Amino acid sequence: MSWPILSVVTFLPLVGVLFILSVRGDDAVALRNIRWMALWTTLVTFLLSLLIWVNFDNSNAGFQFLETHDWLGGYAGYKMGVDGISMPFVILTTLLMPICILASWHITSRVREYMIAFLVLETLMVGVFTSLDLFLFYVFFEAGLIPMFLIIGVWGGPRRVYASFKFFLYTLLGSVLMLLAMIYMYWQHGSGDIVALLAKPGFSPEAQKWLWLAFFASFAVKLPMWPVHTWLPDAHVEAPTAGSVILAAILLKMGGYGFLRFSLPMFPDASLYFQNFVYALSIVAIVYTSLVALMQEDMKKLIAYSSVAHMGFVTMGIFAMTRQAIDGAIFQMISHGFVSAALFLCVGVVYDRMHTREIAAYGGLVNRMPLYAAVFMLFTMANVGLPGTSGFVGEFLSLLGTFKANSWVAFLATLGVILSACYALWLYRRVIFGKLEKASLAHIVDMTPRELATLGPLAVLTVFFGVYPGPILDIFGTTVANLLKSVETAAATAQHLAIASLQ
Amino acid sequence: MYQAIVFLPLLGALIAGLAGTKMFRNMGSDAQVYGEPAGHGEAHAGGPHDDHHGHYDGPPWPMYLTTALLFISCVLSWIVFLGFLKEPQLVKIEVLRWVNSGDLHANWALRIDTLTAVMLVVVTTISSLVHLYSIGYMGHDEHQPRFFAFLSLFTFAMLMLVTSDNLLQLFFGWEGVGLMSYLLIGFWYTRDSANAAAIKAFVVNRVGDFGFALGIFGTFYVFNSIDFDTIFGAAAGQTGKTIHFLSWNFDTLTTLGLLLFMGAMGKSAQFLLHTWLPDAMEGPTPVSALIHAATMVTAGVFMVARLSPLYELAPYAKEVIVIIGAVTAFFAATVALVQNDIKRVIAYSTCSQLGYMFVALGVGAYGAGIFHLFTHAFFKALMFLGSGSVIHAMSGEQDMRKMGGLAPMIRVTWVLMMVGNLALTGFPFTAGYYSKDAIIEASFVSSSYFAFTLLVAAAFCTSFYSWRLAFMTFHGESRSDHHTLEHVHESPRVMLIPLFVLAAGALLAGYIFKDYFIGRRFAEFWNGAVANGPVMAAMEKDSAIPAWAGWSPVVAMVAGFALAFLFYIRDTSLPVKLAARHEPLYKFLLNKWYFDELYWNFLTRPAMWLGRFLWQKGDGRVIDGFGPDGVSARVIDVTRGAVRLQTGYVYHYAFAMMIGVAALISWFMFGGAR
Repeated sequence: MSWPILSVVTFLPLVGVLFILSVRGDDAVALRNIRWMALWTTLVTFLLSLLIWVNFDNSNAGFQFLETHDWLGGYAGYKMGVDGISMPFVILTTLLMPICILASWHITSRVREYMIAFLVLETLMVGVFTSLDLFLFYVFFEAGLIPMFLIIGVWGGPRRVYASFKFFLYTLLGSVLMLLAMIYMYWQHGSGDIVALLAKPGFSPEAQKWLWLAFFASFAVKLPMWPVHTWLPDAHVEAPTAGSVILAAILLKMGGYGFLRFSLPMFPDASLYFQNFVYALSIVAIVYTSLVALMQEDMKKLIAYSSVAHMGFVTMGIFAMTRQAIDGAIFQMISHGFVSAALFLCVGVVYDRMHTREIAAYGGLVNRMPLYAAVFMLFTMANVGLPGTSGFVGEFLSLLGTFKANSWVAFLATLGVILSACYALWLYRRVIFGKLEKASLAHIVDMTPRELATLGPLAVLTVFFGVYPGPILDIFGTTVANLLKSVETAAATAQHLAIASLQ
Repeated sequence: MYQAIVFLPLLGALIAGLAGTKMFRNMGSDAQVYGEPAGHGEAHAGGPHDDHHGHYDGPPWPMYLTTALLFISCVLSWIVFLGFLKEPQLVKIEVLRWVNSGDLHANWALRIDTLTAVMLVVVTTISSLVHLYSIGYMGHDEHQPRFFAFLSLFTFAMLMLVTSDNLLQLFFGWEGVGLMSYLLIGFWYTRDSANAAAIKAFVVNRVGDFGFALGIFGTFYVFNSIDFDTIFGAAAGQTGKTIHFLSWNFDTLTTLGLLLFMGAMGKSAQFLLHTWLPDAMEGPTPVSALIHAATMVTAGVFMVARLSPLYELAPYAKEVIVIIGAVTAFFAATVALVQNDIKRVIAYSTCSQLGYMFVALGVGAYGAGIFHLFTHAFFKALMFLGSGSVIHAMSGEQDMRKMGGLAPMIRVTWVLMMVGNLALTGFPFTAGYYSKDAIIEASFVSSSYFAFTLLVAAAFCTSFYSWRLAFMTFHGESRSDHHTLEHVHESPRVMLIPLFVLAAGALLAGYIFKDYFIGRRFAEFWNGAVANGPVMAAMEKDSAIPAWAGWSPVVAMVAGFALAFLFYIRDTSLPVKLAARHEPLYKFLLNKWYFDELYWNFLTRPAMWLGRFLWQKGDGRVIDGFGPDGVSARVIDVTRGAVRLQTGYVYHYAFAMMIGVAALISWFMFGGAR
């Protein structure tokens, strides 16, 4: 690529923001223009980002499309690039944005600000996955909080202030520690170049532990892992539909991405040292939150808890450090991007009609909403990891790979497979099946073409990549193999040193 | 051709499901949802489904299309099967890449050997007949296209299961049929009992799949592959080795065999994981015939047979299979003795017969197990569809206590049901006679006297409950009300034709194919598709078992018949008296050994309690209480204290400053100055 495609994709949404700012007035025509501008911006961004995939070399384990410039007077670098691990998340982000805009078509308050918030958020999210400099990464990573905080705090539900502050404080607290660690790394290394750091991390095992913990504090909150997960259900419940979609589909994945980008390759000894710790938290996340999900009375809360459980498979897989486990973890994150996004969109569909998320307020929807019932069924099945849907591939691979590393962990985590069926099917039964008895539902209408346009693509992708996951698995296969090789060498050296020091 | 067999049903399902249903035809509009002025939105605000109740008013093509495609698939399957009778072979066709990660290569592929060919015939034959039958039984149902789409999609999943070349595709089919079973049990989704049964089926199966999945993980761990041929090739090298699993060292092949068998127990409703099958009768009767009698529930049997090279090297796992199978055969037969719902009796009978098959597999007589699977499919589907015909005639009544004396009114159904009964009870020269007696014989030959005893006892029970069913339904005095009786009518031809075909199979399938499955040509027929143990060859000898053992199933059958005749024809007061005298036993059987109550109280309720506890106490009290909420509460306390200090009175501040100055001066004078 002769032109800086990553920068273009990252910052293109800001161009859309400029256009939106240039629209004057608040009449219906202006609002319609704003919506269409946002939609077109995100669509073009998505199509452009596909070029990254088209030109991506799957067999190259390193970073591609590199761009380097000086920044902040040379103290920090502006460095962009993607490898097999980050590239799919770029596409996932750009793919979900038009869907989010379309799902927010009927937002009525502060439309302009809403669209701007989302477009800015897109830039910041893509930036997280494309930046290759510690501080650039940190800026994107942290700045993303602000639009999300506003989306929940301004366009959210009744308890939005509580939820947005809980979200903000939790994530900020974790990030402060990460910043400290990054500053330390910068002084140790003399630069914040992630590529250089990956090539030769060279932190002493003792330092690794502290750095690992500092990064862990940030990523564990983001993912979220048990027990720092309680901000997520509140944030989801209060967020508008599209906010939930972004939160579940992309913001959470930054945690998993962070583990793969920083914790595992840069602090391999510490990652091994804390392996059992992560296992324990993952298992608790899977079993505990699945049980909690079982008893939820709010649709969004239930799906939020199920997200926490699914992210448990991700952390488990990443720290099992086998090929299948990490492949599975990454695939699980991408698939969860489709599936959780779709489930929140499904909740949004009925919420827009009935203005309640309470499960008990529904029942028998299939009688009047057959298409909705079919779509919801598909994603429910993807959520429980039925083979043939993308949800299965990630869950299966991560468990398969983890079994190699530790059969207890795989054994306990597989219990989640039973529990997920319980809560997901019970939710479906209470909302969709049964007689349509509630008078309030008597005139509920089925999905609209616009809603189908948001859920349809996700449905197709969920099935397609469930049957044929190759195109995605191929993207990061080489990178993961390379990552594991470096982790193993590092671990082996550390062991060697430890033995040498004993003698 | 092989691709056509598997994918034609999928094609039918997709067309009928997407184009045949009204799914896309009643979409709403944003104007309706958001109430924006758009003009046309109000016109059909009344919405769909208000105009018709319960009757299908669409075009009939979805059912004809799916049925036609299934019949093509069926004919092709028979061509394949007959070809295999002449010359067995092994065909493998790669279809598509699937999950590839590191050493794991699991692809979509079709593997056709003798075992698969048998299953293809069973699945497509029963499925196409059930499709045909459903044209009569479900043709007027409001959701007819959905029903046929589901049936075809189920068939596709089942075909993917039996043609799998690796454990992962097997698992795909496995879960696929589970999903379709769930959707079809809950087909009449307005019924709460149907929904509950559907979820129960799915979840109990998932418990089995928990073991199955672990078995797959373990297999990959041990063999670094999940392809059948690779596993079988390397299995011999693993005998006597151990696997480190859950902190202990276990015998590798036994562990894998048992974990995988757990999946089979769930799917084939074996003892402990059987509770979902009787409840599954909530689905429409054709579904019970296809899924819960002939095909899906035999998937566990198929799986063990498919992995027979592995099981042959794991004697302890086989031992467990024999015990579970024998206990199931006996347990389910005893429960069937006292049930009053006609479909539930047959459901428990299915459960029991599956136990027979597992005994056969466990003793190494894989050919006999699959032979029983093959014949059982015919007569059990026949009995289910026949009972469907009875229920149809009785305007939906399923309680046998309200039937009786139906024989003269629905003579064809009666005759066909009798054929099914004869085959099920193992009347000489019917299909069941060859296959069931072969299993009992195999259990004796392999010295599994425990299994032999239970199986003969179960044979007695089988004969009793089958004839009890027949007598209570067709003979004696009618116990139904006038209104129902007036409406009793024979089913239409489209429902009877499949019954005739199945009846022919129930009578003849045993005699025609016995030589291939278990007789003198078994070795060349199976062609290594299943790893038949020495017991198969031993059974062939005439002197394999003593005469008394050979005659015992027949004696049990006759005794069962005689007792049923005595109880339900001669003196109908006898069963009531007997039940009264042995009430605890009767209650125990009637309540199905209290398994549902056991699971509800010791698994379901605690899980729900735990979920609520963790949510409210764990998340609410502990994490949020000490975490964010606690912190914010403390912050508020502190700031409230700080606020209290800021009173706004100048003399307060002045006083505070004075104290501060005094403190500073004293510190400098006595401490800091030194």
